[in-house]
Amino acid sequence: MEIYLALKIIWWLLLGVLLMGISIMVGMDMGVGTLLRHVGRTDSERRVAINVIAPHWDGNQVWFVLGGGAIFAAWPLVYATAFSGLYVVMLLLLWSMIVRPLAFEYRSKRESPTWRNNWDWCLFLSGFLPMLVFGAAVGNMLQGVPFHFDWRLTSYYTGSFIALFNPFAILCGAMAVSMSVYMGGAILTNATDGPVQERARRAAMLAGILAMVLFTIGGLWLTRLEGYMLVSGPDPALAQTPLHQSVERAAGHWLTNYNNHPVLWAAPALGYIGALLGVLSLNARRPLFAWWFGALAWIGIIATVGAAMFPFMMPSSTNPSHSLTIWNAGSSERTLSWMLGFTLIFMPLILWYTSWAFWVMRGKVDKAHVDSSEHAL
Amino acid sequence: MVNDLVVDLSRLQFAATALYHFMFVPLTLGLTVLLATMETVYVVTGRTIYREMTQFWSKLLLINFALGVATGLTMEFQFGTNWSYYSSFVGDTFGTPLAIEGLMAFFMESTFIGLMVFGWERLSKAQHLFVTYLVALGSNLSALWILVANSFMQHPQGASFNPVTMRMELDSFFLLFFNSDAQSKFVHTSLAGFVTAAVFMCSISAFYMLRGRHLDFARRSFRIAALFGMLGTAGTLTLGDSLGYFAARVQPTKLVAMEALWKTEAPPIAFNVIAFPSQSEQRNLWAIQIPGMLSLLVTHSLDQEVAAADQLVEQAKGRIRNGVPAVQAMMALSADPTDANALAQFNAHRADVGYGLLVQRYAPDGDLTRITDADVDRAALDTLPEVWIIFWAFRAMVGFGVLMLGYFVLASMLTLSNKVHRLRWFQWASLLMLPAPYIACEAGWIVAEMGRQPWTVYEVLPTWLSASTHSVTYMAFSVAGFVLLYTIFAIIEVYLMVHFIRKGPDDGAPPGASPHASAVPAY
Repeated sequence: MEIYLALKIIWWLLLGVLLMGISIMVGMDMGVGTLLRHVGRTDSERRVAINVIAPHWDGNQVWFVLGGGAIFAAWPLVYATAFSGLYVVMLLLLWSMIVRPLAFEYRSKRESPTWRNNWDWCLFLSGFLPMLVFGAAVGNMLQGVPFHFDWRLTSYYTGSFIALFNPFAILCGAMAVSMSVYMGGAILTNATDGPVQERARRAAMLAGILAMVLFTIGGLWLTRLEGYMLVSGPDPALAQTPLHQSVERAAGHWLTNYNNHPVLWAAPALGYIGALLGVLSLNARRPLFAWWFGALAWIGIIATVGAAMFPFMMPSSTNPSHSLTIWNAGSSERTLSWMLGFTLIFMPLILWYTSWAFWVMRGKVDKAHVDSSEHAL
Repeated sequence: MVNDLVVDLSRLQFAATALYHFMFVPLTLGLTVLLATMETVYVVTGRTIYREMTQFWSKLLLINFALGVATGLTMEFQFGTNWSYYSSFVGDTFGTPLAIEGLMAFFMESTFIGLMVFGWERLSKAQHLFVTYLVALGSNLSALWILVANSFMQHPQGASFNPVTMRMELDSFFLLFFNSDAQSKFVHTSLAGFVTAAVFMCSISAFYMLRGRHLDFARRSFRIAALFGMLGTAGTLTLGDSLGYFAARVQPTKLVAMEALWKTEAPPIAFNVIAFPSQSEQRNLWAIQIPGMLSLLVTHSLDQEVAAADQLVEQAKGRIRNGVPAVQAMMALSADPTDANALAQFNAHRADVGYGLLVQRYAPDGDLTRITDADVDRAALDTLPEVWIIFWAFRAMVGFGVLMLGYFVLASMLTLSNKVHRLRWFQWASLLMLPAPYIACEAGWIVAEMGRQPWTVYEVLPTWLSASTHSVTYMAFSVAGFVLLYTIFAIIEVYLMVHFIRKGPDDGAPPGASPHASAVPAY
């Protein structure tokens, strides 16, 4: 029984790792997409920018795909309730995201400026929109989502689509976009030179500062936001459904964990320190450091949200006692164990060969090479 | 209660997006393996024509691959967005292979395809070859895991219902993975991918022969593909036969639909070559039969019984009646997980809980005490999938499969005797073969998945209950959005494919051009 409790917590931490993987790796590529039209004024400059991530975007995107699969396997109720509840928003996210593989592969296959310009807009939208929605989704989780279950655990979402774009959610979305622009700018600064590099560097510094400002506003807002608290329910170590607990909703509850365990303040501190050192590194023209500090900032930001919400995963605003928590939304002990085994084997392998792929393709993108490449036709 | 139109639209959307995704997947499965083969020849013999072949075919692969990736992304999330009850009900079991697919296969395929495309100059020959093999391995491993997941829907083993958590939970990972349906279907599907890629390469090579261009390139590509295709087709048909044999035992209603069997007969049973099945009259309006043939095909004997629709519907009535108390116990357990009486009642009837859920569709306000005999009869008839579609899709799949086997036998003979480039009629025939594997693959999906109806998990979870509780407006919006977006994608993809096929490989590069000019791509 204790093992089951430990597994639930491990998988909650692994969900955090996945979200960090998505934010850092996919977010970086999306930041490049968002910045593309700004850092690249000519076609050749844009191609240089695109080729910085050309060999890696597909591998990076698997973080997102794995996110879907792992939530499905480890947190089936979250997978089912969140993605169906946020239906239209999810569609917006998916539809804008699936344009990206095509934009990368097809953009430079024709010389026509109209063709390329349209794909550049697609790269912008497929970078900007998904990050906005991703952040807004987290913002909605923090506020609670209007849903409830029937006796069978069929979920019913009772809110409107437009309600998902409330001010707090948009703030979180804007912060996700700025962090992704920051990371995209950092990688561009690292792998290009000349005017592209300079524009990327400036944009990244601005985005980093903006992210800190938004993080501050979001944090202050969070203290006034209605949070949730688990009043009673079955023993966390037991298998259970979200039908037998009682949850209280009131302002300030999201600070309970911080008040009880002041060490948790390290999480938001890490967010600030990462972003601050990152911006300073960019100022000192050390883009690789800036990238790693940005990754630390992401880790701090996601940990901040996780620490505030623990043990909640998806609170219900209309029927708080149906809220999804780490204790009631996870898979069985056997499934979590098998999945953990596979993760322990394959995650190090993935990190190893991803690093190898980046190492093979290291260095600046050569403008002359891009200009003479066959894909230009 | 659930709106039928919402369920139908959810099914339509899933079928349309899955069938669309499956237009691109088989080619990737096969072409990556063919690329690895061609590159092996290049590395072993050092002849640059094989590098050109590898690079040209990989360019076409990438145009196809981008859409495979894009349309696969929406599939990964569609269970949650549109089949939320299904997802929470079986996620514990079904989600596991999906997550492992990401960990083991997608990461490998997607990370190394970047190096395969952009790493020609940065990797040694052997390293690059290894990378190409990893791409092929990754894409085929993804087929393995998704089919392990799918097989759980067809033949749910390795999991059981837990009345405390109200869902299916994993009992045995080994039973889940070594599902015989999964193992046969994986080989069947991967080989079908090899066949698709082989036809694709033969067809385009024949196009160059017809045009009198790139002849050396075309002849070599054709030969590799033809031999590959012959082995692939033979294997696909063999495994297809064992899948049919398997379906006869574990999914009798699917077999009934595939063969339009309405009345149970004494063996040996006649085979309907062609029939016009009528679902409402539960009989074939018209049929051409071969006596005794079905017994041979399905049971590999002449004296075994095969249950037809009439017998299966009768069995279903019994199981529905037995399943009703199980669902009633489920409701009691939902309110109080410690209710010992309810648990005992559930355990006594648990084998048929899916049938109880099936009939609940007709229960007024979901109240199972109010169902009538007519409701039971109706639900029992629902256990038969839509026969005519599955019957004809099955014939399309097998028909095109046999046609391709014949084609590849001929193609192999002609290419080994070095005659293909002189026979214009055969080049035309090769070109016309291009749609065949696509039709067969899509038809195969229809047989497998529509033949599973009315269940999302066979005999465990009915489809009507599985869908998310969206409004009709939401569903209309998303179906329309997918249709619009995917249509645009298809137009662009076909346009680029045709463009690059017409352009052809760079084997006629002008003298003086850098020999590496084609080896250093960029976006």
